[in-house]
Amino acid sequence: MYRLALRMLFGDHGKYLMLICGLTFASLLMIQQSGVFCGLMSWTFASIENMRAPIWVTDAKLDQVNDNKPLRDTDALRVRSVDGVAWSAPLFQSNLQARQIDGTFKQIQLVGIDATTFAGAPTVMLEGNIEDLRLPNTVIVDDFGRDRLAEGLPLRDGEKKSRVRLGDIFELNDHEARVVGICKSVRSFMGAPYVFTTYDRALQYAPPQRKMMSFVLAAPVAGQDPAEVARRIERETGLKAFTEPEFKKSTIWWYVKNTGIPVSFGTTVVLGIIVGMAIAGQTFYTFVLENLKHLGALKAMGTSNLKLCGMLMLQSLSVGVIGFGLGALLTSGFAYVSMIKQQPPFYLPWQVPLGVFVIVLFICMFAALLGIIKVARLDPAIVFRA
Amino acid sequence: MPEHFSNEAASLANIEKSFGGGPDSMVHVLKGSTLAARMGEMLLLIGPSGCGKTTLLSILCGTLKPDSGQVILFGRRLQEMKDSEITKYRGQNIGFVFQQFNLIPTLTLAENVAVPLLINGTSTRNAERIACEALARVGLGDRTRTKPGKLSGGQQQRVAIARALVHSPRLIVCDEPTSALDKETGAHIMDFLREIANDDQRAVIIVTHDPRIYKYADRIAEMEDGRILQETTGRTAIAEKYLSVPH
Repeated sequence: MYRLALRMLFGDHGKYLMLICGLTFASLLMIQQSGVFCGLMSWTFASIENMRAPIWVTDAKLDQVNDNKPLRDTDALRVRSVDGVAWSAPLFQSNLQARQIDGTFKQIQLVGIDATTFAGAPTVMLEGNIEDLRLPNTVIVDDFGRDRLAEGLPLRDGEKKSRVRLGDIFELNDHEARVVGICKSVRSFMGAPYVFTTYDRALQYAPPQRKMMSFVLAAPVAGQDPAEVARRIERETGLKAFTEPEFKKSTIWWYVKNTGIPVSFGTTVVLGIIVGMAIAGQTFYTFVLENLKHLGALKAMGTSNLKLCGMLMLQSLSVGVIGFGLGALLTSGFAYVSMIKQQPPFYLPWQVPLGVFVIVLFICMFAALLGIIKVARLDPAIVFRA
Repeated sequence: MPEHFSNEAASLANIEKSFGGGPDSMVHVLKGSTLAARMGEMLLLIGPSGCGKTTLLSILCGTLKPDSGQVILFGRRLQEMKDSEITKYRGQNIGFVFQQFNLIPTLTLAENVAVPLLINGTSTRNAERIACEALARVGLGDRTRTKPGKLSGGQQQRVAIARALVHSPRLIVCDEPTSALDKETGAHIMDFLREIANDDQRAVIIVTHDPRIYKYADRIAEMEDGRILQETTGRTAIAEKYLSVPH
């Protein structure tokens, strides 16, 4: 009987396609928008991803990595003196305007790392050497900056579009910045490319302030729990210390609480649920209504209510699974394009498709329930009425 | 009366049934109807529209519950059975032929005919094999993979009959089986139904308005205003009463 139930559904091409389209669209909307939201949230902690350190020490009132409440230079030494800290290094981070060769300005995210330890240096170099940062007036730009900071540069060696190359020069606050390396990085939430240099040189590039150090990067002694060491740093220095996961979480929560981003994306996801429910519910209910006579005949011929409900549930869930599958497939296509183009942000933790799958099944059960209520109340004697 | 007529398939005694909510809107459809159907007999239930034929048939099949009275189907009182038991019992013992055929348009003929077997738990493969045999019996053995929409009305009704017979029920209930058919096709269908009743020793009950098929009946029960007015048994008596005067 269940096989026949599927044949009944698949045979009604119009309704079947409408149901599939509705659920595919709803799944696509929910997965894609959740993926973009997660991607956007992952961009918020891009600095933590790009400047790896087990412990981040910040001003006591700072909650997220893109905020800037400078510390005193001596704080790096205070952190180093805490028991259980293996090393600590200063880190500078600020937005600056880079003046390109044609005179135009581009926003960049300037990062100054400790020249001795290179703590916080990019982990993947695409071109050049990190040690070259010790040369005068040198910087490393990320792969995004390679394209972004290329305005005014000539096309070279058959390039289709101009790109920054090793040796190219631009200006930061009237100081020369010579590119000695291209690194791979995670895109920042603000959309500016990362430009790495040494800490001391970053202080020369940036407009002077009373306090300049943005963060202290630190690591625990081997075998010590980073969270425990971070709490110890907080107790002994009065600063705030995060482990890497703690800082990411704190950053995400700051954006969730202080921006309209979650509401905006949440609204789209809710719309996806409503659209899915409306299309699937209405179409499936129409399908049931149009088949009421046949369902009545099945009931008269001895099919139990339970079996009819099972048949409707199977019909509904099967289109749900197919619709979800197609929605997920389309989202994969979107994800593939965004991976190539590096935008819009997209990150899909496994919980998102699982959650959307559960929602789609819920939508299908809701749709089936509308039909089940109708069928359960169906008088089999309907078949004797012309 | 032939001996096999004493073999009772179903009986309805003093059936009362009303529809509607309050005393003002209450419609008293059946007012103490009594009727019996016997194995090997073709019984026609006739009467004007709204006299309660379909309601009586629904009660006999257990798809509708009477307000009062007694329904016995193959020796079991339906009132003493649970709804689920009635549904199962109906699936095993009654075959249905509906006025509008009620074939599922998206299924093939073999799948449509296999439905009662599947309801009764036969495996899909066996059910479709038996369904093909049943289709062959009604002359549609070469159309098993066809969809109902490609058949004429008469062919569709033959499929419906194959579906009604496929699980070998003891009672066949037909609701206006010829009303959607032309005279010649209707005659073929009635010949076939009579063969089922008389040769296969099943009880066949037909609700009809169609006087053209009265001649096929072994017995005619005439209803009016919720009651069985009279019953005429025997082909001769039927011919004298119903076929000598135009209806």
